[in-house]
Amino acid sequence: MRKVSIFNIFAIVLGIAFLYLPIVILVIYSFNVSRLVAVWGGWSTRWYAELAGDNEILQAAFTSLRVALVSASAATVLGTLAAVALVRFGRFRGRLLFASMIYAPLVMPEVITGLSLLLLFVAVEVDRGFWTVVIAHTTMAMCFVTVIVQSRLVDFDISLEEAAMDLGAPPLRTFLSITLPLILPAIVAAWMLAFALSLDDLVVASFTTGPGATTLPIRIYSAVRLGVKPEINAVCSIFVGIVGMTVLIASLLAKLTGARGTPARP
Amino acid sequence: MQITGAKDRPTKSSPASVDGNPRPLLRIEGLSKRFGSFMAVDRLSLDIHAGEFFALLGPSGCGKTTLLRLIAGFERPNAGRIVLDGVDLAPVPPYRRPVNMMFQSYALFPHLTVEANVAFGLKQEGLPRGEIAGRVADMLALVKLESLGTRKPNELSGGQRQRVALARCLVKRPRVLLLDEPLAALDKKLRDLTRFELMELQRQLGLTFVIVTHDQSEAMIVADRIGVMDRGRLMQVAAPDEIYERPGSRWVADFVGDINLFEGRVGDDRLSVEGTAAGRLRIAAPIGAEPRTPVWVAVRPERIRLSHDKPPNLENCLAGTIVEIGYLGDVSIYQVRIADGSRVKAAVANTDGNGGDSPQPADNVWLSFSPEAPIVLMR
Repeated sequence: MRKVSIFNIFAIVLGIAFLYLPIVILVIYSFNVSRLVAVWGGWSTRWYAELAGDNEILQAAFTSLRVALVSASAATVLGTLAAVALVRFGRFRGRLLFASMIYAPLVMPEVITGLSLLLLFVAVEVDRGFWTVVIAHTTMAMCFVTVIVQSRLVDFDISLEEAAMDLGAPPLRTFLSITLPLILPAIVAAWMLAFALSLDDLVVASFTTGPGATTLPIRIYSAVRLGVKPEINAVCSIFVGIVGMTVLIASLLAKLTGARGTPARP
Repeated sequence: MQITGAKDRPTKSSPASVDGNPRPLLRIEGLSKRFGSFMAVDRLSLDIHAGEFFALLGPSGCGKTTLLRLIAGFERPNAGRIVLDGVDLAPVPPYRRPVNMMFQSYALFPHLTVEANVAFGLKQEGLPRGEIAGRVADMLALVKLESLGTRKPNELSGGQRQRVALARCLVKRPRVLLLDEPLAALDKKLRDLTRFELMELQRQLGLTFVIVTHDQSEAMIVADRIGVMDRGRLMQVAAPDEIYERPGSRWVADFVGDINLFEGRVGDDRLSVEGTAAGRLRIAAPIGAEPRTPVWVAVRPERIRLSHDKPPNLENCLAGTIVEIGYLGDVSIYQVRIADGSRVKAAVANTDGNGGDSPQPADNVWLSFSPEAPIVLMR
């Protein structure tokens, strides 16, 4: 059934190269000894060392990490609740509206999300800074969490919950001791995706941030406008590493749930 | 369908209907459940007594599982009451009802070990750790799973999983244990074995079992009483032999076992039915209906004798041609076309091995039955 033709191999190589060649070049050049970004001068880790001394960049990286941690956690809780509501409560009034409202940010251009949030924050006179970015990222990532957790819940055998209740567990305890452990891998995967999304967001963050809350992507973007320093290559390489790792673990976990989720039938 | 008429099952200490305690353990009164415009359970009333093994038998979609789920509390009735031990269960949520349900899919918790699955219900009761461990160990020993306590459900065979599901319910010592098609997922050999284990357990623990099944031989073997259901209603509630020997209607007669039906009218002497496809049929016991009332004469295939020669007395006999022979090993089912073109089924035990003169297709044969064999049905 599966045929490995030359065309297939060519297509895969081309596709992968298209996606990853720029990143590979970035990583290679982050080890460039030369001060000129586009000129290869030999291997070195000097830019990584220099990075360790750059307070502004480190500060921005720390901010980004904090935003990502908080917003990913908030988005996971809210998104999971939304998924449970959508799957478990069947047809309630306004279910379709609720569902489409949750999915809308999925297809909404980031510029619009960012702009609308900015207008909101200005209107309610909130000082923009760390927490406004967190709220913005939570909004953005929540729908992704809902989609992931929902797909897991749809496959979930409802008779497991009924059995738990039948054996004397009230609804909340049933959720905590049966449902939650079984959908946990999907929730963790969703959290990681939310984390990665927050970490690499530039557009929404730049609309909603304020003084003192410069995230790493914003920092890098403004640095690049003044000319690319090789240091930036090093930051980006580390970033690629973190994001790549998170996405990899998330997809592995999602796969694991799929395998364990289907209860073995006789 | 070679279920023998005479049941020689040892009668258990018969349900309370006869002696001292007249109050049923579980009383269902006028229970109705509607899904949209579909009546899944329709004004159903039923009493189940303590220590009884009760089977709900019916075709799929007849509402038997819905009835079970109503008792367990997963569905709310539109009308009627469920009373357990004199207490109306309506306001009691499923997790506080002293009944347990064994699901058709078993619904074992895949992330917990066998021990933890069985212990789950006891933990909810807040029992001390030591007592839980002791009762779980006892229960696993009872279902012969003591060596598999640390396994996960997906490391068990189908039969083992079924026993874990059973143990998980039994360990709670429920007032009533509800079993939804508990044997449907097992292969035939295992099913036969498990049936008897189930009866043994029920007797040993003195519990009340309500089993849902679409398999009539299963219901006949395990149950003290059977409730035959169709379209949300109970068609008949009786002991297995009574259901088989004295079905209340054509529907029950046809659903439980195999049946030949002859339509006719009660004769003037009330000891015969006239105008059937087989002519005038003699009935041993007087028919409880006025002469000329339309009735149906039902005869089980195994009550019909099949012979090449014309029987000596001409009562209740008819001629026909063999159309088809269904060989089942222990018996053969002969489909015989009679004069009016309809088919009559006769079951003949294959006692003589491959005897030379066994009837062949297209043979002209005689069918006969004694006046005691037929059941006269009014509806």
